[in-house]
Amino acid sequence: MLRTTTTPMLRASSAVSRPFRAKLRQTAKHARTFATVADPPVRRYGGLKDQDRIFTNVYCRHDHGIKGAMARGDWHRTKDILLKGDSWIIQTMKDSGLRGRGGAGFPSGLKWSFMNKPGWEKDPRPRYLVVNADEGEPGTCKDREIMRGDPHKLVEGCLVAGRAMNANAAYIYIRGEFFQEASHVQQAINEAYAAGLLGKNACGSGYSFDVYLHRGAGAYICGEETALIESLEGKQGKPRLKPPFPADVGLFGCPTTVANVETVAVAPTIARRGGAWFAQFGRERNQGTKLFCISGHVNNPCVVEEEMSIPLKDLIEKHCGGVIGGWDNLLGIIPGGSSVPVLPIKQCSEVLMDFDSLKDAQSGLGTGAVIVMNKSTDIISAIARFASFYKHESCGQCTPCREGTTWMYNMMHRIEQGRGHVREIDMLLEISKQIEGKTICALGDAAAWPIQGLMRHFRPEVEARIEAFRQAEGNVAFGGLLAKDVDDTLAVPDNLGVRIPVESPAPRM
Amino acid sequence: MLARLPRLAPRSLSRSLSTTCSRRSDALFVHRDTNYNNPKIPFEFDAENKKRADEIIARYPPQYKKAATIPLLDLGQRQNKGWTSISVMNYVAKLLEMPPMRVYEVATFYTMFNREPIGENFVQVCTTTPCMLRGSTEILNTVCKELGVHPGETTKDGKFTVVEVECQGACSNAPMLVVGDDFYEDLTPASTKSILSAFASGQKPKPGPQSGRQTSENSAGLTALTSKPYGPGEFCQPDFQ
Repeated sequence: MLRTTTTPMLRASSAVSRPFRAKLRQTAKHARTFATVADPPVRRYGGLKDQDRIFTNVYCRHDHGIKGAMARGDWHRTKDILLKGDSWIIQTMKDSGLRGRGGAGFPSGLKWSFMNKPGWEKDPRPRYLVVNADEGEPGTCKDREIMRGDPHKLVEGCLVAGRAMNANAAYIYIRGEFFQEASHVQQAINEAYAAGLLGKNACGSGYSFDVYLHRGAGAYICGEETALIESLEGKQGKPRLKPPFPADVGLFGCPTTVANVETVAVAPTIARRGGAWFAQFGRERNQGTKLFCISGHVNNPCVVEEEMSIPLKDLIEKHCGGVIGGWDNLLGIIPGGSSVPVLPIKQCSEVLMDFDSLKDAQSGLGTGAVIVMNKSTDIISAIARFASFYKHESCGQCTPCREGTTWMYNMMHRIEQGRGHVREIDMLLEISKQIEGKTICALGDAAAWPIQGLMRHFRPEVEARIEAFRQAEGNVAFGGLLAKDVDDTLAVPDNLGVRIPVESPAPRM
Repeated sequence: MLARLPRLAPRSLSRSLSTTCSRRSDALFVHRDTNYNNPKIPFEFDAENKKRADEIIARYPPQYKKAATIPLLDLGQRQNKGWTSISVMNYVAKLLEMPPMRVYEVATFYTMFNREPIGENFVQVCTTTPCMLRGSTEILNTVCKELGVHPGETTKDGKFTVVEVECQGACSNAPMLVVGDDFYEDLTPASTKSILSAFASGQKPKPGPQSGRQTSENSAGLTALTSKPYGPGEFCQPDFQ
């Protein structure tokens, strides 16, 4: 009846439920003929309250032992979390929107669920959770504070995450330099065993779980998940090819999941306070709280837990007393540890500290390690120092990375002086493009990105440096040979670029 | 007579002039027998370390004893005055029933194994960018000037070895240096000097930030965690209260 007589437009609205349609008709009576756009309220992120901070002892003000930890709510009804079962814990993690805090930002609930493939019960192999505490990314010092101040959060997290993936044991791979941190974690493990919270029948839940500490010996590459597994097996830390993924064949040939310290340590609190609580912080798809570590040219560098999506500027002004010399004295910020590209001041004022916003700005959240550089910085030498870091830390397995990091190191250190040819900037970028994505692990990418970021935003500075050197020393050939040192009586190959006329770079605004 | 010839021939044919390739790394990767580092020098864990080693080996599945290589090498290095000699590596290989080559591979790969003797105090100055921005170059220069050595060298009295290291993961407390296992953070040239002189006189200064702050909090006063931490069950879901 109604359906046959109405116009097609109205017919479409008949899909809407009846009371809503009645409401629509009513509003039509009030003569709102045009669709009005009401601005949604603008939400400012940041300003996390103490009651919503997960890590309540990052500054080691309180006892890090089991008594202090229990007083701060750790190990509170862990048995009930375990008894809820694996799918409940994984669903809570999915609801919370937690993304891996180690840099890649993969949704944790999903990652953990890969361990429970259909028919996993029939697999006789043991199953492992490996916690990546090999924190070595320059700028990052968050896991250290967790392990010093809140080691029980990590140990309890191992148990909860281990239950979610039905693991038998967890290995915490901690970098060898962290001696004090390792002893705090070991103390926490021993206390938990003594209290019956780990081991056979952990927390009285009928579930058996062991946690072991393993100290590394100083290799940045062991922060990569498969390299970490290799290193844990007592070999050189050289990444493996994937597939097979660790969830199929990992540590000792058994199903394994590698997770960051922070990801694991937040799990019990999320389980107790609910996924919805965690998901209320931060923007959609970037929910939660996060430890940010701010270093470099700020008045008071610190490590602080804040809401995700906090504007970068707010983070620095509120928690670090601002940039040295004021915000206008800022040159650039590396927002997520050494392997993400640098952002210039204009973008720094706008970006939010979350995965998507920083990705849109052609950078990345990484580990949340903010390295601030003010105008006193020689940005070229800062990035050149990263190039030597990656040269030092390349494991030497894949040729593009092993050779390329050395080339980039050589070129960056020449360009740092200005001893180069302007065309070499493009050559350097080409090398970086040839490394990126052509190696087994992401170290190659990580080595290439800071240089690409430098050239993207600070190319005029680099060109000016080269020009200044050329003014002082004359023309420079490719490879740093000075034209004035070339003996004209000898045949010099043409491809060295000694004779290429250099036009001064066009003035840029 | 003839049988000896083929062995002699290549030697007489080889070039008398030889050039060695330049050292491409901060440490030589091959082992050369010396009077202080050769396989004939005996090494064995003492009773206490033997117990610790058994504890460590028990953490791994019995068929993967090999996984204990790194912790045991570390234990051996600690017992052997801070450096890993060829005897330590051979001993670890024997203990874990694995080919010695596999242990050599590991010992050369990881930077924390010193394959040359070091001084009593192993001073490692971090110079990676976050520290560099806060003035680690100055700290390194101070250390080198104070001790009269270059990075990678040991003082003549054998008290200090100075090395430049990559990021140690204390970036919010930059600049920093490590002596042995302890982190000394928030350094200035003056505090660096006082730390070194304390070590020179056999004392051990208090590790941690030297600026007066406790750990990595905001030094101008806390901006977070100012209230008393919440207790068990607070703010939790009804199931977990």
